[in-house]
Amino acid sequence: MPAVSKGDGMRGLAVFISDIRNCKSKEAEIKRINKELANIRSKFKGDKALDGYSKKKYVCKLLFIFLLGHDIDFGHMEAVNLLSSNKYTEKQIGYLFISVLVNSNSELIRLINNAIKNDLSSRNPTFMCLALHCIANVGSREMAEAFAGEIPRILVAGDTMDSVKQSAALCLLRLYKTSPDLVLMGEWTSRVVHLLNDQHMGVVTAAISLITCLSQKNPDEFKTCVSLAVSRLSRIVSSASTDLQDYTYYFVPAPWLSCKLLRLLQCYPPPEDGAVKGRLVECLETILNKAQEPPKSKKVQHSNAKNAILFEAISLIIHYDSEPNLLVRACNQLGQFLQHRETNLRYLALESMCTLASSEFSHEAVKTHIETVINALKTERDVSVRQRAADLLYAMCDRSNAKQIVAEMLSYLDTADYSIREEMVLKVAILAEKYAVDYSWYVDTILNLIRIAGDYVSEEVWYRVIQIVINRDDVQGYAAKTVFEALQAPACHENMVKVGGYILGEFGNLIAGDPRSSPLVQFNLLHSKFHLCSVPTRALLLSAYIKFINLFPETKSTIQEVLRSDSQIRNSDVELQQRAVEYLKLSSIASTDVLATVLEEMPPFPERESSILAKLKKKKGPGAVSVNELEEGKREGGELNGGGERGGDNSAIAASNASTPSPSADLLGLRTGLPVSAAPPSAGSLLVDVFSEAGVNDDGFLRDLEPPTESSDSLLAEGPGDSDSTPPPPPSVVSEEPAPPLPESDELLNKFVCKNNGVLFENQLLQIGIKSEYRQNLGRMYLFYGNKTSVQFLTFTTTVTCPGELQSHILHIYTCIIQLNVQAKPVEPLIEGGAQVQQVINIESLTDFCDAPLLNIKFRYGGALQNLTLKLPVTINKFFQPTEMASHDFFQRWKQLSQPQQEAQKIFKANNAMDTEVLKAKLLGLGMALLENVDPNPENFVCAGVIQSKAQQVGSLLRLEPNAHAQMYRLTVRSSKDTVSKRLCELLAEQF
Amino acid sequence: MIKAILIFNNHGKPRLIRFYQYFAEDMQQQIIRETFHLVSKRDDNVCNFLEGGSLIGGSDYKLIYRHYATLYFVFCVDSSESELGILDLIQVFVETLDKCFENVCELDLIFHMDKVHNILQEVVMGGMVLETNMNEIVAQVELQNRMEKSEGGLSAAPARAVSAVKNMNLPEIPRNINIGDINIKVPSLSPF
Repeated sequence: MPAVSKGDGMRGLAVFISDIRNCKSKEAEIKRINKELANIRSKFKGDKALDGYSKKKYVCKLLFIFLLGHDIDFGHMEAVNLLSSNKYTEKQIGYLFISVLVNSNSELIRLINNAIKNDLSSRNPTFMCLALHCIANVGSREMAEAFAGEIPRILVAGDTMDSVKQSAALCLLRLYKTSPDLVLMGEWTSRVVHLLNDQHMGVVTAAISLITCLSQKNPDEFKTCVSLAVSRLSRIVSSASTDLQDYTYYFVPAPWLSCKLLRLLQCYPPPEDGAVKGRLVECLETILNKAQEPPKSKKVQHSNAKNAILFEAISLIIHYDSEPNLLVRACNQLGQFLQHRETNLRYLALESMCTLASSEFSHEAVKTHIETVINALKTERDVSVRQRAADLLYAMCDRSNAKQIVAEMLSYLDTADYSIREEMVLKVAILAEKYAVDYSWYVDTILNLIRIAGDYVSEEVWYRVIQIVINRDDVQGYAAKTVFEALQAPACHENMVKVGGYILGEFGNLIAGDPRSSPLVQFNLLHSKFHLCSVPTRALLLSAYIKFINLFPETKSTIQEVLRSDSQIRNSDVELQQRAVEYLKLSSIASTDVLATVLEEMPPFPERESSILAKLKKKKGPGAVSVNELEEGKREGGELNGGGERGGDNSAIAASNASTPSPSADLLGLRTGLPVSAAPPSAGSLLVDVFSEAGVNDDGFLRDLEPPTESSDSLLAEGPGDSDSTPPPPPSVVSEEPAPPLPESDELLNKFVCKNNGVLFENQLLQIGIKSEYRQNLGRMYLFYGNKTSVQFLTFTTTVTCPGELQSHILHIYTCIIQLNVQAKPVEPLIEGGAQVQQVINIESLTDFCDAPLLNIKFRYGGALQNLTLKLPVTINKFFQPTEMASHDFFQRWKQLSQPQQEAQKIFKANNAMDTEVLKAKLLGLGMALLENVDPNPENFVCAGVIQSKAQQVGSLLRLEPNAHAQMYRLTVRSSKDTVSKRLCELLAEQF
Repeated sequence: MIKAILIFNNHGKPRLIRFYQYFAEDMQQQIIRETFHLVSKRDDNVCNFLEGGSLIGGSDYKLIYRHYATLYFVFCVDSSESELGILDLIQVFVETLDKCFENVCELDLIFHMDKVHNILQEVVMGGMVLETNMNEIVAQVELQNRMEKSEGGLSAAPARAVSAVKNMNLPEIPRNINIGDINIKVPSLSPF
């Protein structure tokens, strides 16, 4: 008998679905759906009470319509009503609708929670499971608040049915993932671990997911699970294929559970207890042995299940990285799979080998498979497999095989799929730099790269080749020669022109002796490309020309003529025009000495971590490039180029301090809004300014470290900027005192005046996201601290203070710092690499205020104390309550607020385009009501709202008058309190 | 963790969608389209894993899929799941459907969407695997069925409707396609 009797459906539903299926066109379908939606809507709104069956039928129809991709904006209430039905079928469909359609922000959550509460306490296992499913599927914070205490109790209670236990375990896991702060560790934790011993394999299956997640976050507390997991695994592995009955899958005993057990063990180092370790090694050996046995079934499911376990076992062996014997066996096994006829196995083998390649025990063994892997790269039909092969080649590359691998990757690039080209380019660039023995090879490789895949060569790549050429004088002549030859190709990529322009401008003199590359020939070659290039490249070429005038006085007249031509000096692009004018003047006025000083050869770039590596890391997402690899990169880089990272973490902070105008853009002098002549504060001095504002009086110190050109001469400092350009490290001693607020903290604050969610702050280490909500005079803010590195942050503490008078009586801010570990180890808060922690801040406004509270963050990253202070974006407008009013009322109130101190007015220039829609959105974001048809001039905006605080309510009216012609605004704010008007005016003036 | 489960047919028509992480409705539809686009252009004998589309999280997530006759079963998972394990899980799910519906076909998924959801719910909960034992899953579904029966009163009429639909839309004779050891009856449907 089929478990689902097909006759039990609903006639109306079946008819509706058939109708839809018979529709001949999309239009007919939409028409039919709209008709049905109207029908359901009227039924729901109708006076006649619907019985459970009809409700169920209509809800089912809505689900079907939703599946077809139509928004469903009603029916939620009916679904919630179904929850409280006593009939199982109605309850079930109600829960289904809610799990599929209600997102975590729905306002119905309170009603739903009530129904869930009833079902949880019903002691009816089926109802309990439905309720638990719903919590797990929605997983909202409100649900966590309501049930996080209850579910652990259900999970470990002695009288709970197995099926309920299973659901409770996964439900708890979901809540722990969404709101870790609400799931409190307690007496239940130790009992959860013992679920690994449960009789019922289903319970173990569900529990192990929970335990794995908990162990990742609290390894010490769940340590005991290691020995339990090993003994469970050992029992499964050694059991005959029939022992586990239902949990045997195609002759493999409990494959899913085995995989999960092996995953759990990967959260821990090898067991210290000799007996446990022995038992585990035995298990792993058995698994490896079984792989060699003849299959018990020819079915692909059998081999899949067996190999699923095998791959997890290999991952564990690689994770331990301590048993050379097992590692070699694992490597051999993977080697076999590399040639397996199953594509899936080849894919997984390539992927596992990638991690194996970073182990010192097996790196050599992996290298023996190089030919197979290269072959895979060339011949696999499946792009995902080819991608893995490319990853593995990258991972197994070292000095001994770099030339071969780079050559293979280069030749593959020609035919590579578009989707992976950019990544391949980055990898080739990194390998070429990392393992370059002689730099002519490096230069050749990169130029080849540009030739083959110019479109995919990002700025970082060509910046980097220029940095290296400038820093190494032994390769400069060769680079000039090669690039000169490359430029002779009739069609060459713009990136090649950029590199060529830069290198010939700097080092063209090194090849000028040869009549075939005499100065004029060089110039003509470059200039022949000029007209085909984009504006930034042309700008770069113009700079190369002026350098030519300095290097080769004999080209002066030719170049001056070019600069003087209308197409340059009257170019419609202001940047090009300006350069042409200035360079022309410079070449005709300045004496040779002055010219030589201004256009002196670029000094070596400060040694820094390759920005390409950072780019690849970013592309692959956190964790994709192993720490190992990065460190190796640094080590190797340091050895070869002196490219080691210097004071990485400090400079990261510095970079973030100076984050706003990207230094790289300034270096290149290509920022449109920043005319070259008007830029005496160069990138370098900009930094200094920023620091002195921050109260760090170390200008001299900073200047000393500044590379000379970057600070001396922005006009012509045409450095190949570096997007991650690392400014000099700030003073190495960071005080334990909370740092003064970052200079840009006001600007960051302004970003949040009209919005509540977003990224508050980001540097190379840390990202802080904000979500906040306000109601009346209360607010709640969620801060998310994300560790962007792969290293732990230690002693991570945050403090919120209110500056000045704010602190004493105006704004109560009580914070609860919630970290992943807070209950267990309050003194050792740490954020794992790549992890994120959340902090909740409750805010109550007692009266109006001006200054935002300060958030100080301190932590140790790699030993160095990081200390930064930001302003929390709590501004007075957050407590606005919008007030709708008619034109008449508005003007009446406006007149009532006529005392001079009640009004604040500002006239200011537009910072952004004056787009009506954007303005409206901003004003709405401000929290006031935007009143239509009030102002006689339709161009103007008027708003009204009441600021709520505990002590008082301050009514405020606002009028914004844009003047599109002058690109100016006049902003007038009137409110019953003078400080409020003033503050609102200040805040808003920064927004438009 | 499983982030999403998508079932769609060879024409990209969704037959079941289940997201275990919140996405707005229109985003869900975009993800389905993107996933269909990624999966459908692949040959049948290439590997069953590929990087997730950009909408659903890019290379941090994998799409693991199986193609049965007219339907694609796609699971989007993060790196904490074993690829082959998920492949087995899809098989378990499909075999369970086959047991519950007796020779499951695309039409069963269309007309019994709620039932399919309920079966899936016994396998995956909140993105984590609840149960892998097929007999246990079927037992749970049967239990639900009995409760439904006992509540009774639902008309049996739709059976006729279903069979009418099945008959009227079949220009060709249904063909049987052998997948592993289960048969999935596949009427060639005109797409709608």
